[in-house]
Amino acid sequence: MIYAKDINEKTPWQGLTPGGEIYEPATSLTFNTGDWRTQTPVFLADKCKQCLLCVPYCPDSASPVKDGKRGEFDLMHCKGCGICITACPFDAIVFEGEEG
Amino acid sequence: MAYQFKKELEKPERFVGGHRLCAGCGAGITCRAVMRALEPEDKAVITNATGCLEVSTFMYPYTSWTESYVHSAFENAAATCSGVEACYKALRKTGKVKDNFKFITFGGDGGTYDIGFQSLSGAMERGHDMVYVCYDNEAYMNTGIQRSSSTPRFADATTAPVGKEIKGKQQDKKDLTAIMVAHGIPYVAQSTFIGNFKDLHEKAKKAIYTEGPCFLNVLSPCPRGWQYDTALLPKICQLAVDTCLWPLYEVVNGEWRLTYEPKKKMPIEDYMRLQGRFKHCFQKGNEWMLESAQQYVDEKWEQLLEKCR
Amino acid sequence: MAHLDRLSGNEAVAVAMRQIDPDVMGAFPITPSTEIPQYFAQYVADGKVHTELVTVESEHSSMSVCIGAAAAGGRAVSATSSAGLALMYELLYVAASSRLPIVLAVSTRALTGPININNDHSDAMGARDSGWIQIYAENNQEVYDNYVQAFPIAETAGVRLPVMICMDGFITSHAVENIEMLEDQQVKDFVGEYNPEHFLLNSKQPLAVGPYDVTNYYMEHKKQEAEAMKDAKQAILDVAKRFEEMSGRKYGFFEEYRMEDAEEALVLIGSTAGTAKAAVDELRAQGRKVGLVKVRVFRPFPAKELAQALSRCKAVAVMDKCEGFSACGGPLFAETRSALYDLENRPKAISIVYGLGGRDVSTTDIKKLYDRLENIAETGETGEIYTHMGVREA
Repeated sequence: MIYAKDINEKTPWQGLTPGGEIYEPATSLTFNTGDWRTQTPVFLADKCKQCLLCVPYCPDSASPVKDGKRGEFDLMHCKGCGICITACPFDAIVFEGEEG
Repeated sequence: MAYQFKKELEKPERFVGGHRLCAGCGAGITCRAVMRALEPEDKAVITNATGCLEVSTFMYPYTSWTESYVHSAFENAAATCSGVEACYKALRKTGKVKDNFKFITFGGDGGTYDIGFQSLSGAMERGHDMVYVCYDNEAYMNTGIQRSSSTPRFADATTAPVGKEIKGKQQDKKDLTAIMVAHGIPYVAQSTFIGNFKDLHEKAKKAIYTEGPCFLNVLSPCPRGWQYDTALLPKICQLAVDTCLWPLYEVVNGEWRLTYEPKKKMPIEDYMRLQGRFKHCFQKGNEWMLESAQQYVDEKWEQLLEKCR
Repeated sequence: MAHLDRLSGNEAVAVAMRQIDPDVMGAFPITPSTEIPQYFAQYVADGKVHTELVTVESEHSSMSVCIGAAAAGGRAVSATSSAGLALMYELLYVAASSRLPIVLAVSTRALTGPININNDHSDAMGARDSGWIQIYAENNQEVYDNYVQAFPIAETAGVRLPVMICMDGFITSHAVENIEMLEDQQVKDFVGEYNPEHFLLNSKQPLAVGPYDVTNYYMEHKKQEAEAMKDAKQAILDVAKRFEEMSGRKYGFFEEYRMEDAEEALVLIGSTAGTAKAAVDELRAQGRKVGLVKVRVFRPFPAKELAQALSRCKAVAVMDKCEGFSACGGPLFAETRSALYDLENRPKAISIVYGLGGRDVSTTDIKKLYDRLENIAETGETGEIYTHMGVREA
């Protein structure tokens, strides 16, 4: 089987999957979209009430939840849209440099 | 079972990061929410119409889906899904497939209201056990914000621009949700992102787990096309429902039901003011546009209340 | 034991479909292929097949259904003609480039403009560069036999390309002929079980189909597809050999009719071969060295083999039942003349466009054409290379 990790711009045609099929789940996780960011969100743990309202708003699944609590941003995928900042009722998320 | 927000968020993501949707894209939020409604023990096959979502979530060799996924063209997502679902039935008969699969199709408004409308109508009429989810961002965004039949009246679009003589789109938005209700299918709903996503989650769950063809229309703002600062999305969605422009309702076996009633109906200009695509409506001499937009929303809202009574 | 049955070409295809028992059929009516889904719907209604019949709202959707079903892991079929095939155009490319072994029966018919329901090959020829294998039949027996061979060719590892099984609309699709049938079990054993390595409904391993391919990958995928089409040549011959062992009926890329010492030859596709063979017999009886090549496999195009078959000829007329509007001849002519280029002593070649929209062709027309070829062979002068047969002139 051909794996996505073995496919790149130098792979000869014999090494690509027929028809561009992919046989694995979620291969985009290895792709860095974090470098699109012009502003980086910061999670202020002390202000956070763990309401998690910010989580479902993230288009990039970059606010991980574990044991009912949100953790640090997944900055490899966060594009810095700032939606979570608006969604947060407690001002627990700010852009870096705007901590106030 | 009642909606357990935190439990739902702990489920493994079935639509993951690393996709190339623009920062702040509503389509990504829609996909995550719908996929979260799938029970962990169930498998799904995702069908996708060509559009922003397709080119961003399956750019070779990167798929953002944990499930099987098929894209074939722009105008045929519902028909393609019909083929997958029909094959599932056939392979269940022969015993080649034993597990439970759900069939979920995603298309933008261009692929749903316009070019894919015939294929959607056909699939719904035939009664395939599938859900069609429209992420409605009210224009052809992938090609650069051209007007679709979903674009609201007065909105600035690149093929319905604001000029000296003509100011944006001249026609009202097509009421696709009502048209899907007219198909007599078991479940139709419209939703968007508000609060803890209970509304969208419950509707997605019903749509996925109601047998037969179901349709879910999700208003999914596009910061580029609507011309607003990406961070404003939650406000825009809240105003869309609080102005009654995008009422949240569902139609179960022909029974209309409002799922959210605003405490105070907000004026439509509050919603429009946040978006650059309506900027010209606020210029001197164009007050009639805001009045006209308000009148349209009021009429549609009254009609809906009538249906829900 | 083999038995004879009287069937139209459409019914013969429907019977072959029933014997194969595919998983999904996308069905939409269009003259003259409509009978195929009609017959098949009756098999479904009578419980003779397990197939899910998806009666869609357009041919565009019937091919979309086939794409979904084939990607899901099943055998998928459809049938169409003319404008229906044209409406599928975009999806034909998708099916082939996604490497989905779908089988499509085409009862060939003129393309609209003006509307005409009768036979020519402009529909199928319009799809010749879509990445589909194309196999054409002269008569009912051939279309039945070709259909039985389609899935084993399409599903060959290293090929994985869709197959179009073409017959002449009305002439073959509606004419009733005696056909030597295969037993149901023979057909089932011949096509075998279909178990693709990767499929959407595999709960152990997901499959993603139909990516956005950026410039870094698109051309490599096209190269793969081109190589698959080359590999299809061997697969077609291998399957034909296996078919011959079962049925006693022999198939190749084309049929050579009295070509052994032929100096003048026709190259053509489909039912006109029957008329042309009668003309050849008449002329042979007069001592004329004439022959005929009936092309069965147009995609992949058997260029080398065809050139070899024509290498001893002095003059060749390539007959296209299709107008390509290239202003220099039909598509079969272009391919054939190109194939002849590498021969050291290549024959003179002319293009004849004929039979458009059901225009009849008689043995007299064919004999006149051989006279023209004889003249070309004698004088070495081709005259006008690209002409239309049977058209009224002022």
